[in-house]
Amino acid sequence: MNLKISALEFVQEVKNGNISAEDFVAKTLERIQSVDDKLHAFLSVNEESVDKAQAIDKKVKSGDKVGACFGMPISIKDNMCIKDSKTTCASKMLEDFVAPYDATVITKLKEQDAVFIGKVNLDEFAMGLTTEFSAFGPSKNPWNTEYVPGGSSGGSAVSVSAFECIASLGSDTGGSVRNPASFCSTVGYKPTYGLISRYGLISYSNSIEQIGPLTRTVKDAAFMLNIISGLDINDNTTLDDKNEDYLSEIDSGIEGKKIGIIKEMIGDSIDPAVLSATKDAIAKLESLGAICEEVSLDMVQYSVAAYYTITATEAGSNLARYDNLRYGYDFPVEGYEFNSYISKARKNFGPEVIRRMIIGGFVPSAGKAGKYFLKAMKVKSKLTKEIDEAFKKYDLLIAPTVPILPFKIGEKIDDPVSLFLIDINTVTANLTGKPAISIPFAISNGLPIGIQLLADSMNDKLLLQAAHALEQTVKLPEVPI
Amino acid sequence: MTKIGLEIHCQLTNLESKLFCSCKANYREFEINENICPICMGLPGSLPRLNQEAVKKATIIAMALNCSIPDKIAFFRKNYFYPDLPKNFQITQLNIYGDTSIGGTGSIMVGDKKINITRIQLEEDPGRLIYEGSSSKNLITLVDYNRAGAPLVEIVTEPDFENPKQVRDFLNILSDLLENIGVSDPSLEGAMRADANVSIEGGKKVEIKNIGSFHDLEKATHFEITRQESLYSRNIDIIQETRHWDDKRKITVSSRSKEEDLDYRYFLEGDIPWVKIDSETLQKLKSKMPESIRSKKERYISQFNIPPQVATVLSSDKFYSDLFEESHTEVNAKDVANIITTDLMGLVDTREKREESKITPTHLKDLVDSIQSGKISRNSAKNALYEIVKTGKDLSQVMSELDLGNVSDESELLGIIKAVISEEPKAVEEAKSNPQTINYLVGKVMQKTKGKADPKLTLDLFKKEIE
Repeated sequence: MNLKISALEFVQEVKNGNISAEDFVAKTLERIQSVDDKLHAFLSVNEESVDKAQAIDKKVKSGDKVGACFGMPISIKDNMCIKDSKTTCASKMLEDFVAPYDATVITKLKEQDAVFIGKVNLDEFAMGLTTEFSAFGPSKNPWNTEYVPGGSSGGSAVSVSAFECIASLGSDTGGSVRNPASFCSTVGYKPTYGLISRYGLISYSNSIEQIGPLTRTVKDAAFMLNIISGLDINDNTTLDDKNEDYLSEIDSGIEGKKIGIIKEMIGDSIDPAVLSATKDAIAKLESLGAICEEVSLDMVQYSVAAYYTITATEAGSNLARYDNLRYGYDFPVEGYEFNSYISKARKNFGPEVIRRMIIGGFVPSAGKAGKYFLKAMKVKSKLTKEIDEAFKKYDLLIAPTVPILPFKIGEKIDDPVSLFLIDINTVTANLTGKPAISIPFAISNGLPIGIQLLADSMNDKLLLQAAHALEQTVKLPEVPI
Repeated sequence: MTKIGLEIHCQLTNLESKLFCSCKANYREFEINENICPICMGLPGSLPRLNQEAVKKATIIAMALNCSIPDKIAFFRKNYFYPDLPKNFQITQLNIYGDTSIGGTGSIMVGDKKINITRIQLEEDPGRLIYEGSSSKNLITLVDYNRAGAPLVEIVTEPDFENPKQVRDFLNILSDLLENIGVSDPSLEGAMRADANVSIEGGKKVEIKNIGSFHDLEKATHFEITRQESLYSRNIDIIQETRHWDDKRKITVSSRSKEEDLDYRYFLEGDIPWVKIDSETLQKLKSKMPESIRSKKERYISQFNIPPQVATVLSSDKFYSDLFEESHTEVNAKDVANIITTDLMGLVDTREKREESKITPTHLKDLVDSIQSGKISRNSAKNALYEIVKTGKDLSQVMSELDLGNVSDESELLGIIKAVISEEPKAVEEAKSNPQTINYLVGKVMQKTKGKADPKLTLDLFKKEIE
């Protein structure tokens, strides 16, 4: 059984009766058993997934209508609710939380006969970019298990990269899908803000984050988007994409497209290997008929500061509900007064979450908001204006996904500021709501490098076409695990 | 000069569902913690789903209070920890970052006094705390989240009130208005609550919270003015603070919590996009706006010649004015109004009785017709009304079952009249010279018939007999 096939290949094989979903899922579970000790992508594995796949096989055999996923095993970042299963956010605060409802993306995938093979690791409440801040231990990069897999959707990227599933759903607040995709050499895609319902995604910074797929190919990402995008009455921020088929014209190519190279994202601090990969990508795009030139987004230099100010503010508010009164972990209330109880109960948050909540209590507070939060909002709106201007001139923008190569586990954990700065190339898409995708592009000293493309809002189809075109020029070695 | 300002919380009780989910707005019918869902419980991953009907109702309130209404509105988070608040923030509205609240400045007349409205905002109600245990040592706080997320409108006034009486008059007018425009039933327990800001000349602003009813609000403001005046007269500083109304002792008590120091860290609620309030919607709402109480009253007076006192009482009460509108005709309006205000209002005087009342506009119409045509006496009508409210039976059925119909059979009446003439020879003699006395004799007939004799027929027959 070849576990390395893409989502579209899997669908074709099951449809044609060449493989059974049950076999594939069973083999995938075996794969998880054999490699996940080393990788720690999974926080929980769904024991019922073989039965689910078997039921789907039956439908295929009997000629019943089968959903588009045909029993494809998908992993889900553990900050999305699946009814009756644990949803921990990799936090001790939610260690025992069993979701009583399905996230909208889960409902949609269930309707299309996806099999949820397990819930995967993340930085606690999606705050981090290495997956080291998981309360249940870090995930490891399959390309070199001494290295971080990126984050916060580290478990998602690892599980796709190491063939522990075919595709995964992550969430991207400041690069949390694209960063681990880049570090683990998978496709990672953050759609336009509002394209995918966030209902059932546990909020970290709700005004800028999106659910996004991590897949083997760009086509797979388009396939996933076809299933999970669209208006949702349960999320007032969703946009109507009128059932757009993102796969239908994926081969359109990029001939004649104008692409801006974001100057501020290939600055001095960039790793030479990443810079050379970026130059290589630009050359390839040009060879495909695109016109590339440098563009300056002046506000990018303030984007990381604005990003952490806004996300900390929203996180401080979004995470306030975890007072352990209605759900959470076992900690009896007897003998406590309300305030003393919740301050004690909330000590169960990990260090990174606490750091951001402290910032989040400070930057929007009376007398400080003008200096920090409101200023950050100003940067956000100026950056948006700037990028909107750029998209009047360019169809797409390009930059490396992460300015540096994956680094060793523990190497930067005590240096939050240098960690924060790694987000410089990814946060712009979140702050402006634009779609962005990272595709595997190069391997340097055995470590992956991803290239990122951005498009204007609701131009996701064009973005996927361009990413697919670039992807076709790349041939990479196989993951060594 | 004494200054009082109010913050009134009014639940939009006429809505079907809560402000951000499909749980019932009418939470009162549920067992504890039965009217809840992932959204109003603020479960991880849930998002608010704005009830557009609530926006409409809040817009209607803003219109009725002559407030400015912005082109688009936004929601904000008010962040603070409290056990009745499932998300530990409340979704509400603000005007500090531009006019984004559903209502801006407006005003309402209370008699000759103009009360200015500062702001109207749409927000979610928190849950309800229930305290158990006898002493502070074994006090247990239980939370019922059935109310959490119920749609609430906060109306903030300028400190325009000069005394507690004005406050009471305003609240009466406001609650009648809110009922009349169909947004709320103020008689429901907890549907309308208010906080008050009170200051006297030379003092500081004191906020009074936790006032359970409008009745207590008048008492609380009265107490607070007296308290502040007494401090002032003794040269003791009045400090700016929040005080709670102690319902048992009927006094205000300083709340030692540092509520005034709370920093709510307001910021935009990103989960709810800005809502456009376009002129088309406004026009539509305006055209559907019910007639105002004031104009109703004026119409009752000018069109039907109903006395002003009766018109005032009738127009300010939606339940009765609706009943009136549906049962009156051009000819009987005055009588219908009379029956309602003198008889029915006394019979059906509580919320429960209103809910149980079986009376319909047809009943009223029939009753007034029957009185006018002499089929039933005014006295018997009262008894019939009592029975109709209780049972909902037709007037004719009630009249026959309780034998309330007038005696209008001439020979039967004549027999009774003859009996009275023989019993009252002196009065009969007197009646021949003094027509007033005949009323006394008619009264005797009424006595014998238990008020059921047709008065006009009786009078005619009497006159004929003694002439």
